[in-house]
Amino acid sequence: MAFFKKIFKIPGVALATLAMALLFAAAACGGSDSDAASATAVPSSGSSAGDTIKVGVLHSLSGTMAISETAVRDATLLAIEEINAAGGVLGKQLVPVVEDGASDWPTFAEKAQKLIQSDKVSVVFGGWTSASRKAMLPVFEGLNGLLFYPVQYEGLETSPNIFYTGATTNQQIVPAVEYLLEQGKTRFFLLGSDYVFPRTSNLIINAQLKAAGLEAVGEEYTPLGHVEYSTVINKITAANPDVVFSTLNGDSNVALFKQLKDAGISASDFPVISVSVAEEEIRGIGAENIVDHLVAWNYYQTTDTPQNEAFVAAYKAKYGNDRVTDDPIEAGYFGVYLWAAAAEKAKSTSVADVKAAAPGIQFNAPGGVVTINGANQHVSKTVRVGKVRSDGQIDEIWSSNGPVEPDPYLETYEWASQFHR
Amino acid sequence: MTDPAAWGLQVFNGLSMGSIFLLVALGLALSFGLMNIINLAHGEFIMIGAYTTYSIQQAAISFTGGPASGVTFLIAIPVAFLVAATVGFLIERIIIRHLYGRSLDTLLATWGVGLGLQQLARSIFGAPNVQVVSPGWLSGTIKITSTLVLPMKRIFIILLVVVCVGGLFWYLYRSAWGRRTRAVMQNRQMASSLGVATNQVDSLTFAMGSGLAGVAGCALALLGPIGPSMGTFYIVDAFIVVILGGLGQIPGTILAALLIGMLNSLFEFSTTAVIGKVLVFALVILFLQWKPKGLMQMRGR
Repeated sequence: MAFFKKIFKIPGVALATLAMALLFAAAACGGSDSDAASATAVPSSGSSAGDTIKVGVLHSLSGTMAISETAVRDATLLAIEEINAAGGVLGKQLVPVVEDGASDWPTFAEKAQKLIQSDKVSVVFGGWTSASRKAMLPVFEGLNGLLFYPVQYEGLETSPNIFYTGATTNQQIVPAVEYLLEQGKTRFFLLGSDYVFPRTSNLIINAQLKAAGLEAVGEEYTPLGHVEYSTVINKITAANPDVVFSTLNGDSNVALFKQLKDAGISASDFPVISVSVAEEEIRGIGAENIVDHLVAWNYYQTTDTPQNEAFVAAYKAKYGNDRVTDDPIEAGYFGVYLWAAAAEKAKSTSVADVKAAAPGIQFNAPGGVVTINGANQHVSKTVRVGKVRSDGQIDEIWSSNGPVEPDPYLETYEWASQFHR
Repeated sequence: MTDPAAWGLQVFNGLSMGSIFLLVALGLALSFGLMNIINLAHGEFIMIGAYTTYSIQQAAISFTGGPASGVTFLIAIPVAFLVAATVGFLIERIIIRHLYGRSLDTLLATWGVGLGLQQLARSIFGAPNVQVVSPGWLSGTIKITSTLVLPMKRIFIILLVVVCVGGLFWYLYRSAWGRRTRAVMQNRQMASSLGVATNQVDSLTFAMGSGLAGVAGCALALLGPIGPSMGTFYIVDAFIVVILGGLGQIPGTILAALLIGMLNSLFEFSTTAVIGKVLVFALVILFLQWKPKGLMQMRGR
């Protein structure tokens, strides 16, 4: 026990110093992949008065959503860098102001306000969860700011101050259900996290199934952050579904797929189709746990376009060869280009001018051509159903063969009359 | 839902949930139960254990050039214990020892420590989740009947908990340090006047609790996500188990973990995940109204 006695004689101060030194060393090591964040140092010039234009980037860089959002921040900064290298917007360089939403919805609102009011940014690229978007919406509307929101969501929303570059329901969930019905699936089990996106999505899916003369064989919600799925899996097997439609979000997906595999259930028993699991999440789940299960998105890293080849190469060159790209990353990336094109067309960065110029703006994105729809400020984009490979990449097994017009209130679907405006 | 095999599986699931609760709560039973530190950083020691498992596996993969062998995971368990215990020891020496007797201050301080550790993990390993490949011998299932299939991993975790509880009992009731620990927890001043170095006992007990959390992290790496904030998923359950069991009562903690696991599993099966949890919480609150000191209470004089 002499060892212990010696340790106890080391004064606390020395230990504290040592610990602090270790902390700083670790932070410095980790800093290499967050160089981008240091771009927050902004010259004092105003929003577009000098020879630069300030743009806001607002994602969770800490807290539970940092898992997904840091990669979107990286893609946004990559697009800004590329646009700057090509001469900027209106001949001015873009200067990103990066803020951390900290996975906390009031913080998103607060930082949005700060970006608009004190940084006077021309536009903000950011948000992930619907909760963060709903928190920011009144800020952008009240202060007449402009937000580009890059993630698929539950639809049923439009705002004059938000452009939605992710999919709305008729560009992801509705066609995914159509695809499954075409495949002869009739016994749907709906599984989601307990918050607005899964609950709304399942309302829509239930209406869609009803129109097809079907009824879900089960519907379960688990709290966000739920990681014990043995009971849910028992319920699923008892209901004997031929597909599980999963709107689980975040870390719960890891637990679900690991525990499904533990229970001896694979995609050949019944596939799970997920709408919130992309290449980035598959890395944390482990490809061997989710292989052959399905996903529905607008873009995969494997999407075969020349633009995507260049995008994946540029993303890996900047952030490391082990990084993957996925749908929200792509939407975060092309959102910057759409805004830049609208500003060029408007010859101005003011919100009103950009909005007026935006309808019809097109960009040849990595996932195919995207076009801003003037009526609802969403974009038309291609829908793709994919199957997870054993290396964690996704093979496209079905596509809409061309962009699908956004329809956030599902007004072109008769069975969805309850959702129409 | 009347299929007897489904209910049979659910009873097993309850046992498995109970074993996970116990594994997570065991360390907290030391730091919170015995030492009265409201240790909100307990979840982060679980996270440290999980990342240790990940690091060892990565090291094994880059060292051998092939996939990690099944042995790596077994090696990771004691290493995770040591790493988490060492971090716990340092934190006790640097911060917590200044706060004994001020429970509410330990709550704030350990909350801060937890946030710091989460951000540290984010800086070192990156924000996205990482993946530990389960060893082959843990990936199978045991078939009892054609419909009652038990996952190997969950059986392994139950065995691991038995070993941990056995180890903890040996430490507390058979070893010299354990005797000193119990003496200090029962009467600090008396133990001190009889020559027990109470500050050493404090450090070791806290380190032991942290180490057990590290082992829990190792096991949870098999079942759930491995990311910087993974600890937050387990911390509330751990506190409830320790409080229901009765502070300072390891047998109470065991009983409470099994009880909550079983109730949780059966309630969730017959209702939903959210309502099941609400029912369990409501029952625990009602029980604590009746017996505020939990299932087993320290006999005082």
